[in-house]
Parts: sequence; C-alpha cells; structure tokens
Amino acid sequence: MEDFLEVIDLKKWFPGVKANDGVNLTLRRGEVHAILGENGAGKSTLMKMIYGLLEPTSGEIRLAGQPVHFRSPREAIQAGIGMVHQHFMLIPALTVAENVVLGDEPGGVNYNRREAVRHVRALSERYGLDIDPTAKISQLSVGLQQRVEILKAFYRKARLIILDEPTALLTPQETRELFNIVRNLKAEGIPVLFISHKLDEVKEISDRVTVMRAGKTVDSVRTADATPQDLANMMVGREVVLRIQKEVAKPGAPVLQLEDVKVRDKAKNLRVKGITLELRRGEILGLAGIDGNGQFELADAIAGLLRPEDGRIIFDGHDITHMTPAQRTERGIAYVPQDRHADGLVLEFDLVENTILRDFHKRPYSSAGILRRKPAEDYTKRLIEAFDVRPPQPARKAAELSGGNQQKVILAREVSRDPIMLIAAQPTRGLDVGAIEGIHRQLVRLRDEGKGVLLVSLEMDEILSLSDRIAVIHDGRIVDVIPGDTATREQIGLLMTGSRTNSEVASS
Amino acid sequence: MSIFADAQIWNSTLSMAVPLALPAIGGTFSERTGVVNVAMEGIMLMGAFFGVAFSYWTGSAWIGLLMALIIGGLTSAAFAWGAIRVSADQVVLGMAINIFAAGLTAFLLDTVFGFSGTPPTTPKLPNVSLPGIDKIPYVGQIFTNQSILVYVMIAIVILSHWFLFHTRLGLRMRSVGENPLAADTVGINVWRLRYAGVIIGGLLSALGGAYLSIGVLNSFSVNMTNGRGYIALAAMIFGKWTPLGSFGAALLFGFSTALGIVLQGNGVSSNLLQMIPYALTIIALTGLVGRSIPPAADGLPYDPKR
Repeated sequence: MEDFLEVIDLKKWFPGVKANDGVNLTLRRGEVHAILGENGAGKSTLMKMIYGLLEPTSGEIRLAGQPVHFRSPREAIQAGIGMVHQHFMLIPALTVAENVVLGDEPGGVNYNRREAVRHVRALSERYGLDIDPTAKISQLSVGLQQRVEILKAFYRKARLIILDEPTALLTPQETRELFNIVRNLKAEGIPVLFISHKLDEVKEISDRVTVMRAGKTVDSVRTADATPQDLANMMVGREVVLRIQKEVAKPGAPVLQLEDVKVRDKAKNLRVKGITLELRRGEILGLAGIDGNGQFELADAIAGLLRPEDGRIIFDGHDITHMTPAQRTERGIAYVPQDRHADGLVLEFDLVENTILRDFHKRPYSSAGILRRKPAEDYTKRLIEAFDVRPPQPARKAAELSGGNQQKVILAREVSRDPIMLIAAQPTRGLDVGAIEGIHRQLVRLRDEGKGVLLVSLEMDEILSLSDRIAVIHDGRIVDVIPGDTATREQIGLLMTGSRTNSEVASS
Repeated sequence: MSIFADAQIWNSTLSMAVPLALPAIGGTFSERTGVVNVAMEGIMLMGAFFGVAFSYWTGSAWIGLLMALIIGGLTSAAFAWGAIRVSADQVVLGMAINIFAAGLTAFLLDTVFGFSGTPPTTPKLPNVSLPGIDKIPYVGQIFTNQSILVYVMIAIVILSHWFLFHTRLGLRMRSVGENPLAADTVGINVWRLRYAGVIIGGLLSALGGAYLSIGVLNSFSVNMTNGRGYIALAAMIFGKWTPLGSFGAALLFGFSTALGIVLQGNGVSSNLLQMIPYALTIIALTGLVGRSIPPAADGLPYDPKR
C-alpha cells in the first residue's frame, strides 16, 4: 500500500508548552490508522495542523507525496481532507441537506434545494448511511448527526477521513454502526485516521496504530501485533494494570435497600419508574445502562439530591427516604457525583476549602462559627499525599487541576470520612488510563474494607472489570441483575436495550 | 364595529407599519447573522434627520433619501466594527448608539436649523396611488395616496424573504448566526457576512427613519421616532426573526396605533393601546403562543483565532 499522508517530525510550540514535539506518522491508502494517546498527549494539536486550524512551528506534512501548507480548513478541505470533529460542526436549526452542502451549495443565486437533497440522498445511499436529507439536525440522534458529518466530508470529495474521538458520545449500538461505516470506507479504499484514547476500540477497528505520549509519537505498530497491555504501557509510559485483580467478594449484611423507588428529575419527568435493589457490605454493585435511562437520577435520589416520588430507601437499617443530603452524609453515605464540575467541587475554591466541604462546620475545622484554616490545611495535605494529587499544593484552586486530579480530590474527600457506602457515578469519565487505574484501585480497596460500593457507569469495561454483581437499568427499571464474573459484553449490551430474552432463556 | 369596515383604518395601518416593518426586517438581517441589534432607534433617528437636512439643502427629497441611507449605513458600520471586530457587548453598544444619535440629532437640529426647526419648504417624497387601483372598491382605498416608501416596503418584505430563505447567500447568512464555527470550517467568511447583515439592517432602519421625516412629513423634530425602533425590535421577535413575520407583527402593531387614533375621544385610552406591542412581545417570548427562538449564536462575538 502506498503512503497517502505523511507527517514528518512535526512540531507545534505554544508559549511555555510543546504541544507537539516531533510527531511522525504515515497513513497508507485504504487503511484504518488509529492515533492512540492520553488526554493532553497532543492528538488534537496534530489533527488541527493536518486540518489547517493551526500552523506547525516546524516539520512537514505531505499529501500523496506533495508537501502541503494549509492556512485554513478550507484549503485542507480542497485538498481532500475530511474531518469529523468530536464536537459536531452542525447547525441544529437547518436540515441535513443544508448542513451538508453549506459553503458549496448547488444553484446560482438561488439555493437549489431539490438538487441538494438529491445529491445528499445519493451519497447517503452509496455509503450506506441511511439518512433522510430533509430532516432537521435537531431531530436526529447523536449517532445520526455524526453520519451527517461524514456526509459533509464526502460531499466535499474527501480522500481521507479523520474521526476525532468519534465514539465519545455514542451508545454501544451506535458505536457498532459507526464501525460498520468505517469498514465500508476501508472497502472503498478511503483511508481513515481514528483518534481515540480507548484501547478496545483501537484494537477492534484499526489496521495500524500510532501511539502518542507527551507531544511525541512513541511508535507505530500493526494493531494485530500489539496486545492491549502493550498499547496501554506505551501510552502511559509505564506498566499499567488494565483489569484490576481482585479477590472474590465476601458480601456481608445489606447496607442499602431500595423498595419500589420512583424519582422525577428536575424537569419533573419520571425517570426512575419503580426500582427495588439491594447492595451489601463488601461488594461492588455495578449499575449499567445507556445514558438517560434513570441511573443518575437514582444515584441523586440515594444521595438525597432528588426526593423520591414514591418508595422507600433503607440505609444501614434506617429509613432515610426523607432525610436531607447532610443527614445522609452523617450516617455514612459518600457520593462521587457524575458531573464533578457542577456537583462535586467548587471550582473557584482552593483544595483546602474543597476537602472540608462536608465538615467545615465541625471541629476541628471551625469553632464558634469561625473557620480555622490550619487544621483544615493539615488534613488536606494528608489527603493530597495519600491520593497522590498533583500538583501537591493545598492553596491551588480546584479549577486549576486536571480532570483526573480533580476526581482524586473528590474521592479523597468522600472516602476519608470513613463512610459505610460509596455511590460512584461515572468516577472515571474523561480520565486517562493511568488515572483510571488509581481510581479503580480505591474502589476495590473500599470494597475489601467491607463497605458497599454502588458503581454507576456508562463504560462497559469499567462495569465488567469492577462489579461483583451487575444490575442493568433500562427506561427507569432494572431489567436484570447478573453475577459480575460470568457476565459478557453482549449479554449486558442486550439487557441495556431492555431485552431480557438472553437471561430468560438461560434461567428457564 | 363600523370603524373596521372603514378602509381608512387599513390605509393608516399600512402607513403606520412602514416605520416598524423596515427596521424590524433590518434587525432580522442583523440578528440572523448573529449580531444583536438594539440600535435601530438611533439609526432611524439619524436617517430621519439627515434625510430632511439633505432634502432641504439640495432641494431633492431623493438625494435626502440617499444621504439618509449613507449616514445610516455608516452608523451601522461603526456599530458593526465595535460588535464584530472588537467583540464589544452588543446590547451596550447598541444603546450607546441610540443615546448618541438622540443627542446628535437634537444638537444638529438646534444649531443648523435654529429655534424654528426644519423649514416648511423642505421637499418630501411623493405619494403614489397605484394606477387603476382606485377602481377596485375598498382595497383601492387602502392603496390610494400612500407614500412611495409603502410600496418599497412591500417589495423589501418579499425580497428579504426570498433572499434569506431561498438564496445561497441567505443560507450562509443564517448559518453564521446559528453556528459560526461550523460555517468557518466549511470556508464561509463569518465576519464579512456579519458586517453585511448589520449594514443591511442599518440601511433598512435609516429607510424607516427617512419615511417618518420625508415620507409622511417634511420636517424633523427632536426624538421623532418616539420609540419605534424598540417596537420594531418587538416586531422582529414577535415575527420570529423572519421578514414575513416581522411584517405581520408590524401590521398588527401598526393597527393598534391606528386604532388608538380612531378611538381617541371614544373613551378608550390610547396609552393603553400603545402597550399592545410590548404585551404581545412578552407573550411571544414566554412561549404562550408558539415560542419565539432566536438564532443560536445571536449576540455571541466570533473570534476565529480562539
């Protein structure tokens, strides 16, 4: 196969930051080539240079053997580069056809709507995208919107497609459909650059993979020749543990019992439609489901942020259904909320203030209603050390930390209060492999200490690797609860769509 | 109900709608490209004053009209530069233009024309009756003896609708007001289209102002727009940021003004009727009758080097 795109010793320096510092890459015709790297490894910077959004400090980009210097996306588009951005560049108020042809519309002075629709429909059929050109973007699911982005690229006669973190917002089903589309493209001979930090996806879809770390390309290998472990190690730069080794759980007494709980969200929609569930001490119960099926409302209801409309919540033998969040905290419930910026931290506060958020009104952090900084600072220093928060500076604002370190601060605050139960909602969302490993270790440690852990996650791998039991939620109801050690991806995937056929066949 | 049967009330409704519909459509152009425009009032005042002034100085109402457009265009270009190039707060900037224009026109009226105001000899634009239309009963009366700008307005309504919703450039203009980054990545020049939108808005507002001073009358008085720029803003919102909707809203508001005049002396307070446009706007914005949703990027400056 011939080299279609070459990137030679590309560098992009910003004041104080070497975002790209020696990137090398060759993309051959008809291959799916993955760029794998942690957040901040420089993947986005590289893509922006290829797409003309940034100009390189030094180095060269060659397209079909010719050096190219794009000063704007328009030039990159004209050269045949198609980009599907992580955050779609679509206009919700316009139709599919209008979005696709925008900037290069058919017609003279008048916009030829009929011709646009015809052309887009033809493209959609040719690449098996199955999209109605007359639908408004705002009516489409995320997966379909992504296909519109792919259509945009083809309308502009793209000879190369760049997919930037394409699965970040997709459901498992949509991801599968996307991969089928990528395989179609490959069959048509169109090379695809697939940017990701998810190992399993890279393994599944790519022919070759280039790993980036700290602004440099570490290596390019054939995907088939590398194990996920190899790739993870290259990405992080040390040995990482992908799947936490854990002892068999020794479940104890029930710590949380939900009895026919119903919850409405803030917009008053009924999201949890009657859930009965039990969590024991010394176990991790994974709550799996597609986003928007009521899992986060349920977590909020247990933590006390939402009041259940009906049903009872029993915690450690007491009915806490009508208690305030503070009362629940006192009884031993810890909560790592889904949105760490909105609910987990006060971003404008420093780390000291954030770590004592739940206890600031108590001794030793305050006396007679006046905050005492010194004991709080000592406490924060201990947490920073125990959880390896970087940079280790208590006076830093929470907003100045990376996502992984912010999450460490929340986890440190919550588990250091010696709770009986932890609710962890999406605890590793957007974090790197290395940071995920650390958070996972903490969750297993809590379990081994005999605490109950409710893990609410959209990441199938996370659920599978940590859970002792897995409850699958669909449309506000628990479809089934299955043992974690024998569960498979396919089984959970099916349950997540509300279908019970698998387990019913198995159990009958 | 006999007043509704009288074609005169529809005649004056149409006439009252002109200085609302033109700036409302102008505002639509500006906001559809993503620039919040509350400067219609000020630009109307500029158009009204300079229309009269040049009409008097040159003896030609047409040159007055042309100068009104030029000055209105320049004022909106200054507004556009501040809003687009410097990313100033668009509402504050628009209000500044309004206050500036009110002061400037009052000052110039006083210093240039003195205590007695603009001379009564100032020429005005002609009134026109469509040939043969007076043969049609009722409808004929509506279109009889209207300012030429009434017909210009009707043409502008139709042209604007066609331009925004049926041309390639119109599609691009709307895209820039919805998601400028998306438009930029497919090679559309965001800033240029925003300048165009704001300046078209300025031209139409100035036209509305000139209608007051040299279309209906042949004189200028201090603050003669009397808040019409703000009612136009309301008409634009009530009309859901479309030319046809803006025109419809302007007719409705024009009708309430015409009704107010007719009902004077009938015991109905005209102040009460003048509230109607604003009450309707509040209803439109709160979504009681089909929510009015602005362009997604309306009011957000775009910095391509972000």
